[in-house]
Amino acid sequence: MADFRAGTPEQSSFLAELLACGMLIDCGVPGVYGRGPDFELVRLGFERLVGDALDEEAPQRMSFPPLLARRELERIGYLRTFPHLAGTVFSFDGDESDALAQEERAASSEDWSEFQEMTDLVLTPAACYPVYPALARRGRLSAGGVTVDAGGAYVFRNEPSGDPARLQMFHQREVVRAGEPETVAAWRDRWRDRSVELLRGLGLDACMEVANDPFFGRSGRLLARSQRAQELKFEVTVQIAGPEPTAVASFNYHQEHFSSLYGLEIEGGGPVHTACLGFGLERIVLALLRAHGLDVSGWPTDVREGLALL
Amino acid sequence: MSDREHVNGEIRTVIANHARLPVDVATLSDGADLFEAGMTSHASVNLMLALEDHFDVEFPDTMLTRGVFQSIGAIEDALLELQGRAAA
Repeated sequence: MADFRAGTPEQSSFLAELLACGMLIDCGVPGVYGRGPDFELVRLGFERLVGDALDEEAPQRMSFPPLLARRELERIGYLRTFPHLAGTVFSFDGDESDALAQEERAASSEDWSEFQEMTDLVLTPAACYPVYPALARRGRLSAGGVTVDAGGAYVFRNEPSGDPARLQMFHQREVVRAGEPETVAAWRDRWRDRSVELLRGLGLDACMEVANDPFFGRSGRLLARSQRAQELKFEVTVQIAGPEPTAVASFNYHQEHFSSLYGLEIEGGGPVHTACLGFGLERIVLALLRAHGLDVSGWPTDVREGLALL
Repeated sequence: MSDREHVNGEIRTVIANHARLPVDVATLSDGADLFEAGMTSHASVNLMLALEDHFDVEFPDTMLTRGVFQSIGAIEDALLELQGRAAA
């Protein structure tokens, strides 16, 4: 089981406030919470805002469940780069006496894992992962490529924490761009500015920074530095519950990583690049709650208008 | 054969087996950029681990950078430095 990372005093007290006012609902495991009605209204309001901003690109909508074929996780190499964050679905495999033994052990909180077998499913760790194989199955991209709006989908990260901004299961509002390298790079640059504007428009003090993924181990340090040196990942950060600002959106430029893995092709030949933009919806709601207070009805009018809360 | 020449040949063998280059390593000069030659970031991790295994060394944290694995010459410098440290 992953180690629990305790929150700082500020994070712990913010979490206690969120639970006390019903914004979040305790589920008995750190980092897994239900959401109260106001929390969801704000989250869905922000989703709409992103949807409106995307409209002019006429994105294709794809919605996926929070489960991914295990085979895709294996192909992507996630178990090498992020083995510590992956969640795999196991299920019972045995006869009636095994079921009985399993139940007895479970009832007394003993280890019952020996009766469990890996299924063909894993929990989706990034909302864009199901998009690439789906695009590849559709065949060659038209010239100019495609924008895919993968909606706000639940993703899982195995990292129990006392920081309310580090959830084990949360929504990523993910947008994927696939196309010619220059098209994708220009899209990424444009959205980097737009996403900061979008968040600042809601009264958040958002900043853009070069970033790296939390790759695993020593080889991960090499990957992380390489990613930074090439400026392949950017994050928009906002102060939520200190000490450091928290990333609320990220841009990943994959170059040919996914297109070569899945054999993505484009009309007229030439290389296909992909990039994705992901908003961490719960973190954005938390940042808004931190900035404007826990009583949503008392938020500034322009913010409430922006989120269609009026 | 000098130490440097020997190490250079060994590095080229490890690159041929682990860097997944789309070109023959024999066509690359010592200063040629391996990333420009088609080595991906993920392949550079394979190369790093294979070099550690082959030369029985561990790259310290400060050497886990893109620059150290950018060319045959840069890798050679790093390995000779590590071997020199071990011998000292």
